Amino acid sequence: MSAPVLEVEDLRVRLRTPRGPADVVNGLSYSVGAGETVAVVGESGSGKSVSVLALLGLLPQGVATVTGRALLQGEDLLTMQPERLRQVRGPGAGMVFQDPMTSLNPVLTIGRQLVEGIRAHTDLDKAAARRRAADLLGEVGLPDPAGTLDRYPHELSGGMRQRVIIAIALSNSPALLIADEATTALDVTVQAQIIDLVEGLQAERGMGVVWITHDLGVVAGIADRVLVMYGGRCVEDGTVDDVLENPSHPYTRGLLGALPDLAQPAVDGVVPDLATVPGVPPAPTDLPKGCVFWPRCPVRGDARCETEQPPLAIIGSSDVALPHRAATWCTESPARAGSTAVSGTFGTGSPGTSGIESPRGRLR
Amino acid sequence: MVVLAGVSVIVFALVHLVPGDPVRLALGTRFNQDAYDTLRERSGLDLPLVQQFFTWLGSAVTGDLGVSFRSGDTVTSLIAERLPATLTLALASILVALLIAIPLGTISALRPRSIIDRFATVISQFGISVPDFWMAIVLILVFAGTLGWLPSGGYVALSEDPLGWLQRLVMPAVVTGTVSGAVITRFVRSSVLEAIGADHVRTAQAKGLPARQVFTWHVLRNALLPLVTVTGVQLAYLLSGVVVVEIVFSWPGLGQLALQSVQARDYPVLQGAILLFAVVFLVINLVVDLLYTAIDPRIRR
Amino acid sequence: MTGAPVPPPDAPVAGQGDAKGTSPGPTALRPARPRWRETLGLLARNPTAAVASLVLVGIVLMAIFDETLAPQGPSEVSVQDRLQSPSWAHPFGTDDLGRDILSRVILGAGVSLRVGFLAVGIALVIGTLIGLLAGFYGRWVDDVLMRVMDMLFAFPAVLLAIAVLAVRGPGSGNTALAIGIVYIPIFARVTRASVLGVREEVYVRASRSVGASDFRLLTRHVLPNAAPPIIVQTSISLAFAVLAEAALSFLGLGTQPPNPSWGLMLAEGRGFIDIAWWLAFFPGMAIFLTVLCFNLLGDGLRDVLDPRQRTLMAGGGR
Repeated sequence: MSAPVLEVEDLRVRLRTPRGPADVVNGLSYSVGAGETVAVVGESGSGKSVSVLALLGLLPQGVATVTGRALLQGEDLLTMQPERLRQVRGPGAGMVFQDPMTSLNPVLTIGRQLVEGIRAHTDLDKAAARRRAADLLGEVGLPDPAGTLDRYPHELSGGMRQRVIIAIALSNSPALLIADEATTALDVTVQAQIIDLVEGLQAERGMGVVWITHDLGVVAGIADRVLVMYGGRCVEDGTVDDVLENPSHPYTRGLLGALPDLAQPAVDGVVPDLATVPGVPPAPTDLPKGCVFWPRCPVRGDARCETEQPPLAIIGSSDVALPHRAATWCTESPARAGSTAVSGTFGTGSPGTSGIESPRGRLR
Repeated sequence: MVVLAGVSVIVFALVHLVPGDPVRLALGTRFNQDAYDTLRERSGLDLPLVQQFFTWLGSAVTGDLGVSFRSGDTVTSLIAERLPATLTLALASILVALLIAIPLGTISALRPRSIIDRFATVISQFGISVPDFWMAIVLILVFAGTLGWLPSGGYVALSEDPLGWLQRLVMPAVVTGTVSGAVITRFVRSSVLEAIGADHVRTAQAKGLPARQVFTWHVLRNALLPLVTVTGVQLAYLLSGVVVVEIVFSWPGLGQLALQSVQARDYPVLQGAILLFAVVFLVINLVVDLLYTAIDPRIRR
Repeated sequence: MTGAPVPPPDAPVAGQGDAKGTSPGPTALRPARPRWRETLGLLARNPTAAVASLVLVGIVLMAIFDETLAPQGPSEVSVQDRLQSPSWAHPFGTDDLGRDILSRVILGAGVSLRVGFLAVGIALVIGTLIGLLAGFYGRWVDDVLMRVMDMLFAFPAVLLAIAVLAVRGPGSGNTALAIGIVYIPIFARVTRASVLGVREEVYVRASRSVGASDFRLLTRHVLPNAAPPIIVQTSISLAFAVLAEAALSFLGLGTQPPNPSWGLMLAEGRGFIDIAWWLAFFPGMAIFLTVLCFNLLGDGLRDVLDPRQRTLMAGGGR
């Protein structure tokens, strides 16, 4: 793989809240190569959205303190002058947001919203920018691109709007595309279309993609690498095959167990219940000592769980380019743990192969 | 239209419930039975109320609002005479109000909970609570009395004496403009605050637009909608409700005319004035609706 | 979607979202009524509103014990003490008849507050009833009632009050009636909007399905849960009722002399503004302070009770 497009190192975000400082992101490191897709997975409140908003300086000023390093094509986003950061937003990194219904300005035409982004970074005149905007709309698969330019967001469906937002994000040919829960608010069929669209565009343009989601089905479909976040920390990362086929952190296993397993038929006529990870994520104002997951962990047993924070340790072979890592005290023998303690607690059969095939099956 | 019809019935009923005989009052010391009967007949007051109503309504539609009992002038001409002063004051006041409200509201929304925001909140709360007639008196005391910079009241037409017009306009416009401005400030603050928090603002930032462009086109442009509504309400109020300030500054506007006609039981004038205010209110609402359609594409179709 | 109960993805400020996590979920069949103790506690944490309430309590106490507190009677005329500027003997000075202005301001509090409370009481009872019926029954009841309210609302507030006073003649009671009528549509609108919000709630439909009578539904379920915006509106309307009473009295249509009303004192003092500023200044301050405190209290209540800001700015016109 060539030099990474994005290199994040020890990213930390602290937010000022009415209930005291909240450590929302605690030391996140990853890199994204050209043409590569990294999925950041976690529940609500795990800090995944904040971690990408922080990269582009889109968190509310005065509320967030961001530290660490985030090199976009070798330039640190976190120490950039505001004007330089503005220049980077767009051509450097484009962003697609979660809710297409609210992410477009309702009172401006689609054309205007595209053109202003193009003209902020180029010397194109209005007419040329408009032509480029129409081309982009065609590229993201909207019928009648020229006509759509003069329409308002409320005249389009959710899926069409998300295509428009993707067009906006792509309008300055970014090296990196960040998709923050880009398909969450959409219907399942539309989700699949949008994912296909992004995959296609990525193949054409060779962008790096950071895909934020809480949906493991999506991850299996598009990601090269996965990073599982919990309580603002990375608890497990690795290639998509490693993580999904051999989940090593109890939380990851819980998430996988939580997938509705369509591939696995009812056993003895009883449809298995959807498993859940019991409990709620910790409040970032009040993170537990030790392993962030222990209060909800079904297999905690090591004395260090409650007192000492487990480091991200390599599991299996360390000879590969992308080692599989997990931050837990109880990974010694994932296969055995998976078949006994975890599967029993989380409920839906083994998190082994069948648990991973299903998400792929759903998408392809 | 239903509202307007209802309003005219209420206006008519209300005015005719006023105790006291206007004809007797109009004749004053020249009272004698013959003159009384003649005048009553001429004004149509001897007819049944329902008939009076339809006669009045019929002519009101054609712009004939009747004749003042007191002065014998047509109501239309009396109103037309007062209209310039009222319009001048209302427009000047709304100008003052917006000049106060837009910067103050915007600044406090940009820095919520800052010192400036708290200061602006206090100022606008003061402006909303201050009795306008008292503020008028205090201003007269300071600027007309102690400092002697401005005349204490009155009105001259712009065409006659531009400087005098301006001098006399300043204080009433500041008083009514402050009150309206305080109200509008709060709306501007909350609507800008809401607009800043909208998701599409983040999209605009992520595009790499310059901050000024984000603010103008994605925040202010969207905060304009509530502003139009509240400005309309305030303008309707200024065109009709500033009776007290008009009295204090001897400003010959419609409010003063309405008050005088209440005191003199001058039915036709009162009817005409109130009907006009109701029409103004409805027209402004209509204009606000039209503006809305122009500003917000979601309402078109 | 995954089967996990993964709520909508994280809000940018995760800490704040968690703060609300403890509130009763939608499964609670009937939300708790406004909790007074909690409301007061939250209000006390808003320093401005807390101070405003204290001042208001002071003003109300002053109005109740006015005879005891006032150094002089309201109409104690003393010709040799005419138009004295503020001094230790007369902190607010004396008027053209030698009456002590401090005493008259204290005694005027009662008049202003009585008219204010009465006016808002009238508007509250009638307006809330209309809004309740319109919002609860909908259809033609709603259409008819709200259309009438619209007509009333189309009148400029001050002129409507003036017209009512022209019909009924001046005086404190009629002033209260006039102001009350002006505010009826405001309460009707706020109540209606609030009722519409709770009408379709689970607990209302549940009670209806077990055959509760309309009266019981309205009084036990709808009204208590629709109340917060009405409470806020009451506080704000009190501010403008006091202001309106002063304005009408200033115009000579409200409280009649020799009763000490703040608005009336302002009107009387206006003629002496060049030689004795204190005649008009202190009653004006009294109005200002009272109105300000009711407004600040209303603001504080709104933050606590009505975070969605459904209440109208009172006075339509103000």
